[in-house]
Amino acid sequence: MQMEKLYQEIILDHYRTPHHFGLRDPFDTEVHHVNPTCGDEVTLRVRLEPTGTGDNDPIVTDISYEAMGCSISQASTSVLTDLAIGRPLSEVLDTLGAFTTMVTSRGTIEGDEDVLGDGIAFAGVSKYPARVKCALLGWMAFKDAAVQSVDSSSAATSDAQSPSA
Amino acid sequence: MTDQLTVSAQEAAVLGPTAGDVPEHSVLPDAELTAAQDGSGSAAPLSPADIDRIRADFPILERTVRDGKPLVYLDSGATSQRPVPVIDAEQEYVTGHNAAVHRGAHQLAEEATDFYESARQRIAAFIGAGNPDEVIFTKNATESINLVAYAFGNATFSDQSAAQRFKLGPGDEIVVTEMEHHANLIPWQELCRRTGATLRWFKVTDDFRLDLKDIDQLINSKTKVVAFTHQSNVLGTINPVEILVAAAQKVGALTVLDACQSVPHMPVDVSALGVDFAAFSGHKMFGPSGVGVLYGRYDLLAAMPPFLTGGSMIEQVFIDHATYAAPPARFEAGVPMTSQAVGLGAAVDYLTDVGMKAVAAHEASLTGYALQQLSANSGLRIIGPAGTADRGGAVSFVVDGVHAHDVGQILDDAGVQIRVGHHCAWPLHRRFGIAATVRASFALYNTPAEIDALVAAVADSQRFFGVG
Repeated sequence: MQMEKLYQEIILDHYRTPHHFGLRDPFDTEVHHVNPTCGDEVTLRVRLEPTGTGDNDPIVTDISYEAMGCSISQASTSVLTDLAIGRPLSEVLDTLGAFTTMVTSRGTIEGDEDVLGDGIAFAGVSKYPARVKCALLGWMAFKDAAVQSVDSSSAATSDAQSPSA
Repeated sequence: MTDQLTVSAQEAAVLGPTAGDVPEHSVLPDAELTAAQDGSGSAAPLSPADIDRIRADFPILERTVRDGKPLVYLDSGATSQRPVPVIDAEQEYVTGHNAAVHRGAHQLAEEATDFYESARQRIAAFIGAGNPDEVIFTKNATESINLVAYAFGNATFSDQSAAQRFKLGPGDEIVVTEMEHHANLIPWQELCRRTGATLRWFKVTDDFRLDLKDIDQLINSKTKVVAFTHQSNVLGTINPVEILVAAAQKVGALTVLDACQSVPHMPVDVSALGVDFAAFSGHKMFGPSGVGVLYGRYDLLAAMPPFLTGGSMIEQVFIDHATYAAPPARFEAGVPMTSQAVGLGAAVDYLTDVGMKAVAAHEASLTGYALQQLSANSGLRIIGPAGTADRGGAVSFVVDGVHAHDVGQILDDAGVQIRVGHHCAWPLHRRFGIAATVRASFALYNTPAEIDALVAAVADSQRFFGVG
């Protein structure tokens, strides 16, 4: 059966016991994403905090979520939280880019375990185009929330610096 | 009215010199046409040998999927496969007779028009329409329903006296049901939004039937349109058309029947049902994609303003205004999908040859077997009526502890092609607190052995995810 390649143990483990599950405070942004083809959904919160070094690359200090969906979408969101929490946003976005490239590659890109960590387990998804959206549901929600957090924090900063504010 | 003085293309085809020259292969002998007109045909049960012969007409059923597994196609509710006569009919038309229909006086244009209009006649006979001009070719059932909704919307802003009966505004009501496919829901939501009318709906009971207890409150003097499905594409529930039509007629409301899941699977006679409009798609009844049908009562079509406008649908055109052709031409703007209509005509011939009573009986026996076999699995819940009474061959279910998408993946790996998701009926899934279901849907070419494959693959999915 090809299914063991798609549903690797890492995926089934994360599905049965999702990490960082639940919605927590504090957070900067909350988003709600759905997969319109199957009705799966995720509500996801992101908390970014400045490093204090003034390099404009905040740390992802928390991702919390509630989700309803298939094993692939649940597990990929759980893996994302493991990979992202505690790391600088720029690195997480690089990982997100590599993950997206792998799962949309129709099986042509294996992925680099050093970059993707447990995310490498989703390599098999790329051979099933109908499941790519499942694997990306939580990741795209995170990207959306992170971008909104950065935008609102830079808007707040520029407001604060604006002479008319 | 000038509209009524216009000789329709259909009438022209019948009256014209080419009327007797419709190609022999594209019309049924009279005896078979008579059988088609009662919408049923033979009621003799189909034997396994009959089904084997039928399967041999569908070349795709020979193929394998996912590393050599035999194809078990249980997704005909989404789209059905096509038999050789349908493929051949399209090919014969394209290779020998292709031209723009209803245009030009050359021989190919005449032949093309005859093929196209012959298909219309046979489809009209198949569904019991009183007149071929009551059959409008559309892209699919979705477009058919949108055609009605947009024509009503256009009537709302029309100064034509004939169109006034379709006007909608604040205080008017459109009634749908909670079990509708999005195609018979969103066009009405949008029509309400545009006109200020109010959308209301029948709820679905815990035993998966329409809740008719408040029918007299729901369908009332404010009701202008009652739009409902003949057979739910998720539950399989067959709705009591006669009760809904009677309630609508009592208050003068128009009825729109989504017949996508009924016309391919059982005898349907739109005149006997008394509906004002009915919509169905070619690709769900062994025909091509890209062609659907809107049936409409002729007097209503004749009074309705057009939806899409342009070539072919006109009577006279001036630089600042135009008048419109009689139905069906009024609703077929532009060069239509001709080979697809020809293919749908061949599909109707195919179904007629088998007989719709025989089709329905075979599918009912498959459905009964599937319900029985699936019910034996205690980790599975069927979302739809448990028995075959007033029920068609869409069998949806959820598996405890395994998401529908994951069940579908394991089934696919076994060669069993079913549909997962909300099947374009999100409000219905929400009603039952479910995000997604697994749906097997049957057609004439399916066998009990394929249901065994389904049942076995479902058990595999439970074992794989550790819930079996």
